Amino acid sequence: MNESHNSDKRISKEESWGYDRSTLDYIQRAAAHGLYEIRGLGAKRKVPHFDDLVFLGASMSRYPLEGYREKCATKTILGTRFASRPVELEIPITVAGMSFGALSANVKEALGRAATEVGTSTTTGDGGMTSEERNSSKVLVYQCLPSRYGFNPDDLRRADAIEVVIGQGAKPGGGGMLLGQKVNPRVAQMRTLPAGVDQRSASRHPDWTGPDDLIIKIHELREITDWEKPIYVKVGATRTFHDVKLAIHAGADVIVVDGMQGGTAATQTCFIEHVGIPTLAALRQAVDALEDMNMKGTVQLIISGGIRTGADVAKALAMGADAVSIGQGVLMALGCNSESWIDSGGQHISAAQDYLKIGTEAGYCHHCHTGQCPVGIATQDELLEQRLRPKIGAKRLKNYLNTLNMELTTIARACGKNNVHHLEREDLVALTIEAAAMANIPLAGTEWIPGNGMK
Amino acid sequence: MENIKFDLQTTSVREINKFLHHEIAEGTVPRIIIEHPDGAHNIAAGLNVNCEVEIRGHVGYYAAGMNQHASVLIAGNAGTGVAENMMNGRVHVRGFASNSAGASAHGGLLIVDGDAGLRCGISLKGGDIVVGGSVGSFSAFMAQAGRMVICGNAGDALGDSLYEAVVYVKGHIKSLGADARIEDMTADDHQALESLLNQAGVSYSMHRPSDFKRIASARNLYHWNADANQEY
Ligand code: SF4
Repeated sequence: MNESHNSDKRISKEESWGYDRSTLDYIQRAAAHGLYEIRGLGAKRKVPHFDDLVFLGASMSRYPLEGYREKCATKTILGTRFASRPVELEIPITVAGMSFGALSANVKEALGRAATEVGTSTTTGDGGMTSEERNSSKVLVYQCLPSRYGFNPDDLRRADAIEVVIGQGAKPGGGGMLLGQKVNPRVAQMRTLPAGVDQRSASRHPDWTGPDDLIIKIHELREITDWEKPIYVKVGATRTFHDVKLAIHAGADVIVVDGMQGGTAATQTCFIEHVGIPTLAALRQAVDALEDMNMKGTVQLIISGGIRTGADVAKALAMGADAVSIGQGVLMALGCNSESWIDSGGQHISAAQDYLKIGTEAGYCHHCHTGQCPVGIATQDELLEQRLRPKIGAKRLKNYLNTLNMELTTIARACGKNNVHHLEREDLVALTIEAAAMANIPLAGTEWIPGNGMK
Repeated sequence: MENIKFDLQTTSVREINKFLHHEIAEGTVPRIIIEHPDGAHNIAAGLNVNCEVEIRGHVGYYAAGMNQHASVLIAGNAGTGVAENMMNGRVHVRGFASNSAGASAHGGLLIVDGDAGLRCGISLKGGDIVVGGSVGSFSAFMAQAGRMVICGNAGDALGDSLYEAVVYVKGHIKSLGADARIEDMTADDHQALESLLNQAGVSYSMHRPSDFKRIASARNLYHWNADANQEY
């Protein structure tokens, strides 16, 4: 055999599986710096996901709806348990909590505008509420986080719903992190921190410690806001079955479960990749918990963590979620990891050099922690943030959300549903044994659910 | 202005809070008396008007939570999170306070005449706290701004991961937390202490600022890792 044709297959150049080039790079970086890697976005490894499920469309035994002619409702109501003013959304696709600080004020404004135009909600983050996002968002969810940065009763009353954040999928058990280069004077002032510090926020709430305390804390938030606003409880996916039951017990109106593919603006890579369970498994457990407590339909469930497409949304709804929440997909719609940014005249300007400067390329970037976002999204830099104009960003995001919604209704009609919330588990089968086991859905072409009957 | 009286034996916390949020006319500073609190939670939470509230007895969790303008007197002991996230105003506990007293308070003054439990002043963001007695472990944990005066002793890990908040302790400190250190008292510290003790009331005039130690951040944790740029 001619060696030059198969040079990569020579045994003298055999790559190790356990010590492949990426592992070697990791070890050598650790040896050079003595510090772990910090990065943004979510888990990059392949885990069982919604892609491993497919729908059984209607045919003989079920009746499909006409694709373009028959109505398919997408209206979604969240917070019907205790709140006197539940949140009403036109679509079951919401924008996840992302902080001003991690993102620029322009981005927060773009998120609000787009969400308002399509009739959905946006969410604040670990940096308080900015006037930009309050003014641009018709429905704004206000997070109550362990750090309590900028947390105040006026914003609480100005919010449309309150989300008590226990954890997030990228780092269940971890607190926020914002490196000094993003802590500009406005961010610092909102968080009561000295400008430029590497901010590491608390992972535990300051004034309650367990589920029984949380009952009283939720009560307090309701008292302060006169029982008007839905209260969400957000957990990172770990022991989801128990966590969801405890959150229901604590009095949540809505539970948000964020799987391990969920994003972050900055966390240790080892945390992102090795702590937490996949969204698929977490969703199944959350629905089990709701059903176990007979709370399905009373307490609503929002799932997040790696939702990208309308098909993902449809599968999440069919498995029992009431809505989904999207962070990374939303940023990508705005231009994250895109080759270019768009100037005020609509011209695409290459960002290649700026990706190079931070040691990456479009398509691989996870450098939100640096604050040097080449497309002006995850930054507080005065020049870079100009690259994302709220109007253009909002238009792109609106297109993305509308696309997801059209895909969602396409699938729902094909399954014979005139309401996307009528999608059901029986509409799904799994393509892999792992997904079948995690989602508790039969392997395609069989009636076999691995481990059926066991929890 | 006449007193407005509520009795928690016959009226619910919800009704009282609703009254406090909505029924107090602009420009008046009424005095509200709440009797028989019997440890109920969330009494007088979210007060957004100027009024005086006197609670005659022990309260549960989050009494006067997120107070914005009111002056609240608790003639008894307070449960977890009294005056948590206070923005402004004044909350005075005549007895003891449980854990997380004054947690994440952005402003205002919390006075606890007795001892306070664990995590007093945790995550403090600009509020002031004066404790007549001692405080438990992890007090002033990650306190970002504001001042804490402890006239008794402090437990373990006082001021762990402090930012810009300053803690004054008269008694014994069991141990300091990471990045907290004892610093010399300056003239400004003396002045600040004197004014805080004054505001806390006459019974605090027995304390002399010169008997206190100042605890502040060594600021070694402000940046990720001093060795971060090492290259071999
Ligand atoms: S392009 Fe910007 S938002 Fe996207 S991963 Fe890179 S730094 Fe983060």
